[in-house]
Amino acid sequence: MTTNGKFGGYGGQFVPETLMQELHEIETTYLKLREDPKFQRELHDLLDNYANRPSLLYHAQHMKEKLGGAQIYFKREDLNHTGAHKINNVLGQALVARYMGKRKLIAETGAGQHGVATATVAALLGMDCEIYMGKEDTERQRLNVFRMELLGAQVHAVTNGSMVLKDAVNAAMQAWVADVTDAFYVLGSAVGPHPFPMMVRDFQSVISIEAKQQILEATGKLPDAVVACVGGGSNAIGSFASFLDDETVQLIGCEAAGKGVHTQQQAATITNGTDGIFHGMKSKFLQNPAGQIDEVYSISAGLDYPGIGPEHAALSQSGRAQYVPITDDEAVQAFEFIARTEGIIAAIESSHAVAYVEKLAPTMRSDQTIICTLSGRGDKDVAAIARYKGVKIDE
Amino acid sequence: MSKVEQIFANHKAFVGFVVAGDPSLDATVDNILALAAGGADLIEIGIPFSDPVADGPVIAAADKRALDRQVTTDDVFAVIRRVREQSDVPLVFLTYANLVYQVGYQEFCRRCAELNVAGMIIPDLPYEEQDELLVVTQEFDLDLIQLVAPTSKARIKKIAQRATGFIYVVSSMGTTGTRDNFQTDLRAVTDEIRQYTDTPVAIGFGIHTPEQAYAMSQVADGVIVGSQIVELIDKAGEQAPAQLTAYVREMKRAITE
Repeated sequence: MTTNGKFGGYGGQFVPETLMQELHEIETTYLKLREDPKFQRELHDLLDNYANRPSLLYHAQHMKEKLGGAQIYFKREDLNHTGAHKINNVLGQALVARYMGKRKLIAETGAGQHGVATATVAALLGMDCEIYMGKEDTERQRLNVFRMELLGAQVHAVTNGSMVLKDAVNAAMQAWVADVTDAFYVLGSAVGPHPFPMMVRDFQSVISIEAKQQILEATGKLPDAVVACVGGGSNAIGSFASFLDDETVQLIGCEAAGKGVHTQQQAATITNGTDGIFHGMKSKFLQNPAGQIDEVYSISAGLDYPGIGPEHAALSQSGRAQYVPITDDEAVQAFEFIARTEGIIAAIESSHAVAYVEKLAPTMRSDQTIICTLSGRGDKDVAAIARYKGVKIDE
Repeated sequence: MSKVEQIFANHKAFVGFVVAGDPSLDATVDNILALAAGGADLIEIGIPFSDPVADGPVIAAADKRALDRQVTTDDVFAVIRRVREQSDVPLVFLTYANLVYQVGYQEFCRRCAELNVAGMIIPDLPYEEQDELLVVTQEFDLDLIQLVAPTSKARIKKIAQRATGFIYVVSSMGTTGTRDNFQTDLRAVTDEIRQYTDTPVAIGFGIHTPEQAYAMSQVADGVIVGSQIVELIDKAGEQAPAQLTAYVREMKRAITE
């Protein structure tokens, strides 16, 4: 839980003075709305009747047969409207924005899922929408760019830095500073200045609240492990949230090791990161000893972020959650494995978590259970997987 | 009265800004001395950062040029050491919280004090996050310069009451960079600040012409010019020092008229 925006020693509000008043107003509004039955009804109505919640908890028996060991359950966020967990948070934040009288939503996006979700909800609520996306990512995820444009959003290709997610966050923050009276910055992960990590955690906690109820109904007991992929960490914090006090439940975040944690081409923040201050928060970052933020890499555009949400940094420090690195190779193998075994094309982000389940399940007993969150569907990644495998297809 | 406050005691001050290491460490030494020769009252030394989110494209590009040359915080301290062999012009650092945090607050402040750098401006370290650093700046008698933005509203009182050195009033929303118009009622902002403190007020963000500088000097104790100087350095090449000296003279004339 957060106290003054801090999770242990992490978190805070390290932003230009121009934004401070606005952050206080968002915090005040949100804390009020969080307790407001009307707001909660409106949000849950949208979650159930627009986003298609609750999402399924699917018992993956074929995978269990192949791997041996623990029972595996997939929390199917990929079945949500717009194809990922991102919609949970966007609906919440967009409603907060509307209560604040904002006309416009600004968002950053890596793989495009958060951008698509934001563009979707902006269309639904009749708001303007501007999306910032690294130019590199607009090329990797052309279909999602077109989707956002179909939904009426303006997509800005960011050409600064390495032209990926970190640079998109910078550009979105700058656009927000210039337009803070009219616009609301819908942050896509559990990162950034307070109150965003708290707000995103709360809106994503629907994942674990449902999963807990569903697993209790299915097995009569809590799971032994919860596994989720981590970039900034929004789906992981949502998957962990309602299990944090259940100490028998092992919580495991899977971060992108890219071409290996000993190479420069990786994004394994907990494994290789150090404490720092960036993007509005004190957390763990991949950076050089002088404090310059590294350019990072992952096959997954959604995971190549040099930082991690402050609550994850705190959970790692306290030992409540473990974080493991998963390479591109392992993720691609898992992508194919779950597709062929269960008939699910999972996002390459989520495949990082599946890859760890493949390692973990065989070490456990068959009366034990794992919940693994499939944060999104893999349609957007099919072309990237084809490229990785050297297969030529028409996109 | 701190060293920086004394600068503003008898006249309107001109504050200039350079990115250390752009285009080279040698050039930065020359450019700082050239700004001082033109009459700059205070010079902000930017320690380049990989992701300068409060800065516009001109300063961000200069940061990148410096970092492409592998400029480190240690190099920047070395530049200051060389300047100090020739000039006692007042200096403050402008950089982002992470760079100071990585050196360590104690060590960073100790090195500032040793080189007679009077303080620091850290755009991503707002009032609420300053406690840890403030204790150390006070220990070394340095100024942690406070910023006030057009959106600061109810925050002005507490920020003003903490301020030492000068208060940096951000002229307009958005990032640094030259502008032709200012929407904010800056007189209202500076009047309010003066209800709470005698600390001098300087206005920055967007100022580049003598006319703008004059207008700003009518409401504030000083003007800050960053992007225009950085752009001049980029365009002028080896002619930069001479042009910087001339530019500062012109701006100084405008604000002391």
